[in-house]
Amino acid sequence: MNINRRDFLKGALAGGALLGMGAEAEARPNKTMPPQALGLLFDSALCIGCKACVAACKRVNGLPPDPTSGDDPMWDAPLDMSAYTYNVIKVYKSGTAVHKDQETDGYAFMKQSCLHCVDPSCVSACPVSAMLKDPVTGIVSYDAGACIGCRYCVAACPFGVPRFEYDKALPKIGKCELCRHRMADGHYAACAEVCPTGATLYGKVTDLMTEARRRLALKPGEKTVFPRGELGGPDQSYSAPAPKYIPQVYGEKELGGTQMIKLASVPFDKLGHRPLPERSYASISEGLQHTLYSYLILPAAVLGVLGVVAKRNAKHDDDDDGSAGRGRK
Amino acid sequence: MANAHAVAPLGGRLVTPVTVVLAGLTAIAGVILLIRFFFGIGAVTNVNDGFPWGIWIAYDVMVGSALACGGYAMALLVYIFNRGEYHPLVRPALLASLFGYTLAGASVIFDLGRWWNVWHIFWPGYAQINSVMFEVAVCITAYIVVMWIEFSPVFLEKLGMKDVKRKLNKLLFFFIALGVLLPSMHQSSLGSLLVVFGYQVHPLWQTMLLPLLFLMTAILLGFAVVIFEASLVSVGFKRPGETSILARLSRIMYWTLAAYMAVRVGDLVWRGALGAAFAPTLEALMFWIEMLAFSAPLVLLASESSRARASRLFVSAVLLMLGGFMLRINGFLVGYETGSGYHYFPSVPELLVTIGLVAFEILAYIVFVRMLPVLPKHATH
Repeated sequence: MNINRRDFLKGALAGGALLGMGAEAEARPNKTMPPQALGLLFDSALCIGCKACVAACKRVNGLPPDPTSGDDPMWDAPLDMSAYTYNVIKVYKSGTAVHKDQETDGYAFMKQSCLHCVDPSCVSACPVSAMLKDPVTGIVSYDAGACIGCRYCVAACPFGVPRFEYDKALPKIGKCELCRHRMADGHYAACAEVCPTGATLYGKVTDLMTEARRRLALKPGEKTVFPRGELGGPDQSYSAPAPKYIPQVYGEKELGGTQMIKLASVPFDKLGHRPLPERSYASISEGLQHTLYSYLILPAAVLGVLGVVAKRNAKHDDDDDGSAGRGRK
Repeated sequence: MANAHAVAPLGGRLVTPVTVVLAGLTAIAGVILLIRFFFGIGAVTNVNDGFPWGIWIAYDVMVGSALACGGYAMALLVYIFNRGEYHPLVRPALLASLFGYTLAGASVIFDLGRWWNVWHIFWPGYAQINSVMFEVAVCITAYIVVMWIEFSPVFLEKLGMKDVKRKLNKLLFFFIALGVLLPSMHQSSLGSLLVVFGYQVHPLWQTMLLPLLFLMTAILLGFAVVIFEASLVSVGFKRPGETSILARLSRIMYWTLAAYMAVRVGDLVWRGALGAAFAPTLEALMFWIEMLAFSAPLVLLASESSRARASRLFVSAVLLMLGGFMLRINGFLVGYETGSGYHYFPSVPELLVTIGLVAFEILAYIVFVRMLPVLPKHATH
């Protein structure tokens, strides 16, 4: 068998078409949220920027002062999430920055922490099941005991959430796990526990979504009641006038939805939350892999063909002395 | 037939100025890695939460393994497409691949924060089969093992273990087939690694055809590296050149390249991403360098006579290696952005580790070809 260039190109094109076909095939759909999923509702209009949530998060997770806090270690004032800071309040400022929750000449606060995606990229990316999504609570957890420190999760997360300890010989990933370690004692997410205005509210995602829709339906200025702490828990509510909201629940649809959902009075892209498609990146990536490697059928078939061809083509090497696979004499 | 394919150790001195310098560079990298293992990755590199992967991944693994595809490309050509006339190129190509892959695989350990857990990737209960990285890690590891088996006849010859070698030869076709399948799988998956990054990868590089683009360029780089190494070997070890066989090889490379460019440009047009190439951005500039490096050989090697010129072959091979380098660096670093405020450029120690790794690879190659039957025997030598 001797092939010419035409055959070679044919073979190459057929191989390419096979791969291309796989890439174009329909990927798996987005994953769906567990019915009992737990999460947070963050309402930017209620946040007063006191950062009690930042301090509480550090306390209950035993996190040290952040190295990025600046020269004075007396004040732990992290500017961003890090392996030592799972939760921060960031501020948006524009022009004179005097009016709260106003896009021009105003300011607004935004909480940044793990959104506990319904179909998380970090879980899909992790090669060793160190990032897992709980089938009941939907909490995206991290297991340092399994982790190999490859940082694929850090690179993959569309919200830049998992962070890594670059300054440690034995480093770990750090991210919010919704205080799952405190739930056995009847506690819930510390950020929501301490929030004085109910800007961060803890509860079942379905309940939180109902609450978010209720707020969006209010007339601005209308007197209403805002719960605090845990939605459906002990009553800590207070009444206040309804703010003016952007008519969007961030996290309802973004990348298939998140278990931390957000309301705001300033467009979300100004608050570090870009518009995102509804299709999760995890479903696209896994769909591609599953198409190519489903039950290893395609690789096995290719191996079979390659084996037959290689057996025929490698054989004539042995003809000389029956031993020289590479034709040496 | 056997005489035409005869191979022999080169012999000669192992301690030369070149090998001493290479050993020195390797030692420097070793010291930096000691610091890294005691004080953390951040102590010697510039990687950060915005660029969690630096050149130790983007170059050492992504580019390094693609440059090590010579053995793959030649096995594909000789054993699958039955082009026996390229047989003399197989063993040296396989050796370079063996080192390239072994070091690319080993260098991953330097970059793993929790390296002592690395076995989890292969362990049921930990292994997460939906992860693209799982596929990459398993396939690369398997391929390294397969290559050592493919290469083992060379050791067996040296040790005079004829019986073992004969038995192995009966099964060699299976390892050859695996040696073609596995790189096809993981070289394409190295591109698929980027898919889950979504919007974080610039539209010039984020496409569902990433696996095809990475696979085609891996084969291209395989051919280019074979030409590059054969040229260097003939100059470096003062051996007669192999231009005629390389010229024929370059024709196959030429048509593979033409097919790649058609897929690459077609995909950009199809997705409507080509406009981004004309924006005044760093990404666009780097894109054009990548595309020029791939396009120039299409002109340089267009005619039969131009392919017969050793200098053109060499320059084209270097350009293709640059193109493959740029595609990977662009996809993983230049075109990657997780949010504003993050910057990355490799630190000096980070670069020195990569340089040390390449130096070690060249050093090992020199030692091997001088001591083991790898290179074709020439009457003049």
